[in-house]
Amino acid sequence: MIAEAGHYALVLALALALIQSIVPVVGARCGEPALMNVARSAALAQLLFVAVSFSALVMLHVASDFSVVNVFENSHSMKPLIYKITGVWGNHEGSMLLWVSILALFGGLVAAFGNNLPLSLRAHVLAVQAWIASAFYLFILITSNPFLRIANPPIEGRDLNPVLQDIGLAVHPPMLYLGYVGFSISFSFAVAALIEGRIDAAWARWVRPWTLMAWIFLTLGIAMGSYWAYYELGWGGWWFWDPVENASLMPWLAGTALLHSALVMEKRNALKVWTILLSILTFSLSLLGTFLVRSGVLTSVHAFATDPARGVFILLILCLFIGGSLSLYAWRAPALKQGGLFAPISREGALMLNNLFLTTACATVFIGTLYPLALEVLTGDKISVGAPFFNLTFAPLFIPLMVAVPFGPLLAWKRGDLVGAAQRLTAAGLAALLATAVLWAWTYGGSTFAPLAIGLAVFVMAGAISDLAERMGLFRVAFPIAVRRARGLPRAAWGTAFAHAGVGIALIGIVCESTWNSEYIGSMKQDDIATVAGYQLKLDGITQRQGPNFREMVAQFTVTLDRRQLSAMTPSKRNFTTRGSSTTEAALLTRGASQLYISLGDTSADGAIAVRIYHKPLVLLIWWGPVLMAFGGLLSLSDRRLRVGAPKPAKDLRGLQAAE
Amino acid sequence: MTRKQRRLTMIGGSLAVLAVAAALVLNAMRDSIVFFSTPTMVAEKHVVAGKRFRLGGLVQPGSLVRGDNLAVSFIVADGGATLPVSFQGILPDLFREGQGVVAEGALDRSGVFKADTVLAKHDETYMPKDVADALKKQGHWKDDYSAKPGASAAPPSMQGARAAQGAAQ
Repeated sequence: MIAEAGHYALVLALALALIQSIVPVVGARCGEPALMNVARSAALAQLLFVAVSFSALVMLHVASDFSVVNVFENSHSMKPLIYKITGVWGNHEGSMLLWVSILALFGGLVAAFGNNLPLSLRAHVLAVQAWIASAFYLFILITSNPFLRIANPPIEGRDLNPVLQDIGLAVHPPMLYLGYVGFSISFSFAVAALIEGRIDAAWARWVRPWTLMAWIFLTLGIAMGSYWAYYELGWGGWWFWDPVENASLMPWLAGTALLHSALVMEKRNALKVWTILLSILTFSLSLLGTFLVRSGVLTSVHAFATDPARGVFILLILCLFIGGSLSLYAWRAPALKQGGLFAPISREGALMLNNLFLTTACATVFIGTLYPLALEVLTGDKISVGAPFFNLTFAPLFIPLMVAVPFGPLLAWKRGDLVGAAQRLTAAGLAALLATAVLWAWTYGGSTFAPLAIGLAVFVMAGAISDLAERMGLFRVAFPIAVRRARGLPRAAWGTAFAHAGVGIALIGIVCESTWNSEYIGSMKQDDIATVAGYQLKLDGITQRQGPNFREMVAQFTVTLDRRQLSAMTPSKRNFTTRGSSTTEAALLTRGASQLYISLGDTSADGAIAVRIYHKPLVLLIWWGPVLMAFGGLLSLSDRRLRVGAPKPAKDLRGLQAAE
Repeated sequence: MTRKQRRLTMIGGSLAVLAVAAALVLNAMRDSIVFFSTPTMVAEKHVVAGKRFRLGGLVQPGSLVRGDNLAVSFIVADGGATLPVSFQGILPDLFREGQGVVAEGALDRSGVFKADTVLAKHDETYMPKDVADALKKQGHWKDDYSAKPGASAAPPSMQGARAAQGAAQ
């Protein structure tokens, strides 16, 4: 019953989405407010029905109803409750349902909180949302129905892939999807602006909070995925330049560029056409990511060709929306009124430089990800493009960007003063030089690149601090006045500083981890001692344990530093009987921002066990950086300017002045 | 600066960055791309010692020998030819005799493939896609490699798992 109800609710959501696709557009054509308002109620109702459908699938998983194929293939009655719930999106069908649920959620949010939007703009935005939603509802209902029944229900399920039975994976996909799908809002706004043929600073003011929200989630989602890979896969890597990771990095890069270009548009009414294009590209890259992951094209180009239903369907959606929106752009963009030009040395110029480097970096990731696929389709040659490629292309493009980051906020709008900005960054520059010199002396004879990179990171962080200090007049005015000024600073200024500092922090983590990582790989017997980076790890023994749906071999290590006993570490290897597969559960010991990391290998006949022990200096900064970036985004999102709502569109002159 | 000059500066700057990026990409394409081969392809093509490539095939049953200090050696076969592989380190969780493997490294002078990474890059049927494709091409594909325990094909889960498979080296 529940499965049928869920299925039925999904069909109703499709019907509502179809209504929402057509009626508001017709209403906008005839200037009929009643028809345009259909969009609002349809979007809210659609959200309700998708929520019903999604809850139905969750209930089926919780109740372990193995008469449903999706539950049978991905669940097990012994699985802990939390993984029964998160297992809902641990598979193709369920994750697509989560995708459309989040799409409907965003549509519902625009409908509920978009009261200050002009009526026709809201109608168009919601209609475009419904076009996307309809395509994906059809995809789910035709090729990936999660509610299919089995004729002869088995009594036990096949269990979820063990590496997915982890709390990191419970949170990672919803976060990532909130980011991916959140960019559909800026896409819908862009397409609506193209349809209406009108765009102004007020438009950017509406789009920015949505883009910012999506960006925050995507940032956290990527960081979460990276941390999960780090502790779950058992060899301490945190970024692999795998196509799936690149698929999430590309929308992030384009979305970061979009955030900055929308700022130029909001403040200066310039870069309009470019911002529209970026909105389209960002969501197109999100769709591309969905295609790469969901079509099976990464598993095998041939699997894609032999099982065409899913892959071809998503490919069609991809072509329809990317091709359609880009054609619309080519047709309508020239009609949009161009914004003013600005001096290259100005806040706008700096933001444009940011866009230039971010989009170029995004393009290199795009080439590195899709070139092997294209080559295999065209010539049949198989190649792999891995970390070396991206280190040689992506990294060099990021260095000038990082150098430019502290300058941006210090330049004035319209016409900046580069020398003045440089003077105000003297302290930051000195801090960077000092950090480089100290590190170089300390690690003399080691890597020359690492101290430089850390100097750059310090420059970015100190630059963010100098920007704040400059704004509150620290050291120039009396301290209490500076504090009062700091309180009066717009939250967006704090947000910028935190986000930029986050980039620097992440860079320090990345450089330290990859340069000064020390490891011990070897086989150990009971009472053997391994020494890594001054820590002594003694293997106390190995025990067997029974978990809810796995058997576990746990090794106990005692860690001592300078004869002081610190703590025990218990890495383990789990064997999941249902799937006959095993996972390695690494043990982590956090010391400040650094970590000790142990993962287990095979046991040999004489009772010795292979172990991998890493000491990863400052590794946690890699994830604290993005968390800080997201926090900056959150501060920016709470800025008064975005809360009080957008001014009236440009034809209202008073409104335009308010936008200045 | 006039309007025209400003525009030219910006376009010029953008083109310069794009040109640098293109140069970086082309350079990286030349140096850092690794091709995939099977033992048969290695035997036919006479791969030079020291040239990095990815080797894929099946681990020949009974060929796995563990030495001191985590040294292992095994033989990779694809039905047509075999190639001895040596590796030092911890093999991935899903490395098994008789099943598919992809290793990255280079041949040494004696014709042994010195692997520096052994990838567990495969789906849940323990068959790396590159290996499966190559075996199919040579007609050594047996359907039971891909036979699934369940009734219908389960797509190998989601994002994270895919990253996991790509990554679990």
